[in-house]
Amino acid sequence: MKLISLLWGNMFRKPTRTSLTFVSLVIAFLLFMLLRAISDAFSGGVSLEGMDRIVIDSKYSMTDNLPLSYVQQIRSLDEVDQVTSMSWFGGYYREPRNSFATYPVDPESYFDIFPEQLISAETLGRFNNIRVSAVASEALAAQYGWNPGDTIPIIQDIFPQENGSWTWQFELAGTFEYSGGQLLLINYDYFNEAVIGWGKDQVGWLVGRVADPPEVDSTIQLIDGMFENSSDPTRSTTEDEYRRQFASQLGDIGTISGMILMAVFFTIILLTGNTAAQAFAERVPELATMKTLGFSDLSVAALVLAEAVALCVCGGMVGVGIALLLEPGLNANLSEMVGSFDMSGQSALYALGLATLLGLIIGAYPAISAKRLTIVDALRER
Amino acid sequence: MSELIRCTNVCKEYLRGAEKVEVLRNVDLSVKRGAFIALMGPSGSGKTTLLNLIGGLDAPTSGEIEVDGLRLDSANARSLASWRAQSVGFVFQFYNLLPVLNAQRNVELPLLLTDLSRSERHKNAALALDIVGLSDRGKHKPGELSGGQQQRVAIARALVSDPCLLVCDEPTGDLDRTTAEEILELLQTLHRELGKTILMVTHDPKAANRAEYTLHMDKGKLVSTVEGPDLELEPARTVA
Repeated sequence: MKLISLLWGNMFRKPTRTSLTFVSLVIAFLLFMLLRAISDAFSGGVSLEGMDRIVIDSKYSMTDNLPLSYVQQIRSLDEVDQVTSMSWFGGYYREPRNSFATYPVDPESYFDIFPEQLISAETLGRFNNIRVSAVASEALAAQYGWNPGDTIPIIQDIFPQENGSWTWQFELAGTFEYSGGQLLLINYDYFNEAVIGWGKDQVGWLVGRVADPPEVDSTIQLIDGMFENSSDPTRSTTEDEYRRQFASQLGDIGTISGMILMAVFFTIILLTGNTAAQAFAERVPELATMKTLGFSDLSVAALVLAEAVALCVCGGMVGVGIALLLEPGLNANLSEMVGSFDMSGQSALYALGLATLLGLIIGAYPAISAKRLTIVDALRER
Repeated sequence: MSELIRCTNVCKEYLRGAEKVEVLRNVDLSVKRGAFIALMGPSGSGKTTLLNLIGGLDAPTSGEIEVDGLRLDSANARSLASWRAQSVGFVFQFYNLLPVLNAQRNVELPLLLTDLSRSERHKNAALALDIVGLSDRGKHKPGELSGGQQQRVAIARALVSDPCLLVCDEPTGDLDRTTAEEILELLQTLHRELGKTILMVTHDPKAANRAEYTLHMDKGKLVSTVEGPDLELEPARTVA
């Protein structure tokens, strides 16, 4: 504590150099927090609900549609308790940057299949009964200030209407709870009725709930076997496996972000380490003077090490602080893409731990050199 | 007066590459408390090396050095550091102040190794600055002070922990004549009024004249007996 003024003074001996180093540390830790949040958001998908749900997709490509008739065919199986269809609708609200996931769905079966997405009976009733209706996740409605009864124009880039219009108008029936961020559900019956001819009676994929979860594998084989020789064969998996496959792709993003962070911190170690080594070389006579005055080898080494740790921890704290300040805005904008974009306290603690470790690594060489410094040799170099 | 410094058969060798260089050869010296001694000699004669050994900054290759009751030649680094903090004040040619600290903080630096409270440290440092005539410059950093003022701060730093011995290596070597005289006057005052034992290396005969006694060194040996009044100094074993 007694040496804080000395420590502080040494850190800002060359303000420009220290400031540049500090900024690089701040950016590194800001990046760390952002990439950790993205990685957490992606890995969070693996543990979602739906162990008894299966996803039935086109065998050849997730971009291929399936016939609507598959819904009834699969629903008729004793092994399947419920099935619903979903399709990728695309489009945007007013401006291209206002894009979010929009699915044409059958209201009753959709919310039966996804009970974790809570909707009031009243809202579901309106969604079911009003053909041009839509329901928005609470986050989406809050983002654009939508209220029940509002007309929501969605400008399309995939599905024009039969009348040639690319703008679809929906009446908001209400909202529902959805942990994934922004989502708009539109009534499939209306979509199917209004869409241009080539888009009719098509669905993107199906989600079913098996009657007997332990028998899910045989149910999957049964479904895929039903359509194996048709023009639209299917490839079914459990939702858990589907998410795992999806997450494994996103896991690559986690690996990539990890590699980016490693590259960033490796560069930081080189740059900051070089700065620390320079700063040490400039201060050799001063450190020798301190030893002359009676400071022990260890206390001088500790001072040098503390300076490196203090710089890194301060940089880390500011980086983490800025990241936390940015979190609400980023969450609103990125939640649709990556799910909930939360920066956890654990990540902040991890960042500060990393900052301390970084400081110890960077300060180790100068500290050891300071400890080994002999007074007479150092003063002779003056 | 009691003996403060005793060097017995002190030798110091360095390795310069593969070559062994003898810097001090069988130096014997005894200094009483309260003496003011100038150590003169040509460059490379071993004066600074002897000063460093007596100040506990370096260890002899052989021989015994005892200062203020401590055998420096057999003390470990930790106890030497602790001893330096308590018993020796150092004044260097280039002041060696820490540029990031103001004068007050520079003077307080040795007191950080003591148990004194913050206010006591502040008070003692202010007193030391007052003794050297810089009580109004405490907030100035070294870069804002003249060479003479910086050396005064360095002397205040050397004094602040009330050591029994002041070791001065060319204290006026970087100063103009007028400023040098002021610094020497200050050292004399410290010697006379505070009874400090001062060992000063200098090339300057005028500086040496300020001391009570002058010792001459050449090629690692004390080559002359003492020049000065009645001697508490005992250079009996110096080699002519």
